[in-house]
Amino acid sequence: MSITASIPAAGAGQSLAKARTGISGLDEVTFGGLPAGRPTLICGGPGCGKTLLATTFLVNGAVMFNEPGVFVSFEETSDDLIKNVASLGYDLGALVAKKKIAIDFVRVERSEIEETGEYDLEGLFVRMDYAIKSVGAKRVVLDTLEMLFAGLGDTQILRAEIRRLFAWLKQRNVTAIITAEQGEGALTRYGIEEYVSDCVFLLDNRVSDQITTRRLRVVKYRGSAHGTNEYPFLIDAQGVSVLPVTSAGLAHAASDEVISTGIPGLNQMLGAGGFYRGTSILVSGTAGTGKSSLAAHFIEAVCARGERCLYFAFEESPAQIIRNMRSIGLDLQPRVDSGLLRFEAARPSLSGLEMHLARMYREIEEFAPAAAVLDPISALRGETGDVHSMLLRVIDLLKSRGVTAFLTNLLSVEGMDKADAGMSSLMDTWLSLVQLESNGERNRGIYVLKSRGMNHSNQIREYQLTSQGVKLVDAYLGGSGVLTGSARIAQEMVDAASIVRRAQDNERKQRDIQRKRAALERQIAELRAELESDEEEARKSLQHDEELEKRRQAEKRAMAVQRGGEAS
Amino acid sequence: MNQPMSKAMEESPLPGGYYNLRLYVAGQTPKSITALANLKRICEEHLVGRYQIEVIDLLEHPQLAAGDQILAVPTLVRRLPEPLKRIIGNLSNMERVLVGLDLRPVAEP
Repeated sequence: MSITASIPAAGAGQSLAKARTGISGLDEVTFGGLPAGRPTLICGGPGCGKTLLATTFLVNGAVMFNEPGVFVSFEETSDDLIKNVASLGYDLGALVAKKKIAIDFVRVERSEIEETGEYDLEGLFVRMDYAIKSVGAKRVVLDTLEMLFAGLGDTQILRAEIRRLFAWLKQRNVTAIITAEQGEGALTRYGIEEYVSDCVFLLDNRVSDQITTRRLRVVKYRGSAHGTNEYPFLIDAQGVSVLPVTSAGLAHAASDEVISTGIPGLNQMLGAGGFYRGTSILVSGTAGTGKSSLAAHFIEAVCARGERCLYFAFEESPAQIIRNMRSIGLDLQPRVDSGLLRFEAARPSLSGLEMHLARMYREIEEFAPAAAVLDPISALRGETGDVHSMLLRVIDLLKSRGVTAFLTNLLSVEGMDKADAGMSSLMDTWLSLVQLESNGERNRGIYVLKSRGMNHSNQIREYQLTSQGVKLVDAYLGGSGVLTGSARIAQEMVDAASIVRRAQDNERKQRDIQRKRAALERQIAELRAELESDEEEARKSLQHDEELEKRRQAEKRAMAVQRGGEAS
Repeated sequence: MNQPMSKAMEESPLPGGYYNLRLYVAGQTPKSITALANLKRICEEHLVGRYQIEVIDLLEHPQLAAGDQILAVPTLVRRLPEPLKRIIGNLSNMERVLVGLDLRPVAEP
């Protein structure tokens, strides 16, 4: 047993040492960070975030991992660099003052340099060596090394020197990032990738339908496994984050816990008495069927349990949603104030699908909600396949974290959308809201199209949006189908009348019985009285007889005294 | 940009003033020895009595490299007269050194 256990341990010992970037997501994609003590090339077109990514690597190293760094800038002066990254919340100036980071601006201006014969770049090496020693650097960034090609004419010397530089960096055992401009048909304009073969990232800032999406791809990572996809990444006030949102497979746990829909009648329709925790729920319906209201009830139920809920609104502002929900008697504002409910409102056109997904990923990671609402998913624009793929990943993301997903989908009046059919297989529970048109009126009906893992009602139930919230009304099934609205009310009146009639019948029967009972009791009383009077008579005649006997005896004794004088 | 001088072009009179030159090297390499020898020869030919050469070995004074924006070695920096000029290489291309030091005018277009 101990022998077998030692084999993987030995294997693990040989694996590549890595330097964590501290950039959320990037360390996951690279399974631990950049190759420690080796150079990494980051290439990409202008404005795709090379410098910011490299700076974040240095700042995180200094702040999070106690690895000081050197920034060798060929493009920006120290002051410019400090100002530029301040927008990401990095105080580079303070780190420089604390000797955690050294910035060396290497100015290469062709017009100021006269080349006269052989030279080498030992000056650069000396400067880097000095800077590395001054802060005890473990990390080095060269941004952008290619500026050398613009400033110096002798590319033969340059190439030899760059080759020497990378060997030198490796020998120094510093983890280095070298940035380079993307070239046409090649990773870099001057073929720097020839020299850095350990690890290469490609950054990309693609515009499609006037929406830009930043993406990162690990082109190469020698000696290590890595994610091979293109991953979207964000640069904003919270710094740089790479978002490895992929289909996570189907390994999520299934919970047996049932959570309330927030509407008692709807709970009854679902066999389990609500939704299973961590499942995905789709509510689809045409305009004005109350999808958001259903969502609001669900949110209220989530928050009432003291759990957090994240609301991604794609069409309405948070203030508008809160106001509208007040009209059905639900005030979500206190939930927002108490921090249980968070709104993330953004127009779908604000950024590409991937960026929306990326932003959602970050919000979900950060807020760790028990439930998430997407309202409505039909607002997400893009190729059907793209939308589907994005939703698939959103649902995987939520499911892998045990978050209950509540999605609404606006249907066109004609009926089922293509997107809807595609969504069906992703959903565990699908509630359909329909407009029932009959007798010149529209009424709202809800039915459970599917609900995995539970027995559920097959009825279409009518519901009403009242000032006390969504109320499910008992449905009536008539000869021509479900009765709603005034037809239902008429049926209710018929029912009510028959109830009254039955009540009257009962009352009459009760009265009859009571009358009979009274008659009987009267008879009984009469008989008893008769009996009593008979008894009285018998007793009286007996008493009379006894008195007569007594008197007769007394007379007899008196007579005997008179005849004989003395009694014998 | 800097055309090689044509032989026909007449030498302009030397600009006056004092030359303060700094030669940055990294150790006693063949390149740095050549550069210093070339520089001395040029100065003796064109700047007799009006120049001062300071040789800085960056291996001994690495902190000085950043101040004068030294990237390549050897680098000759003309600190005086203004403006500051940088000439890199072993100074074997005499013509270009003279242009770099403003000892010869740049060819007129």
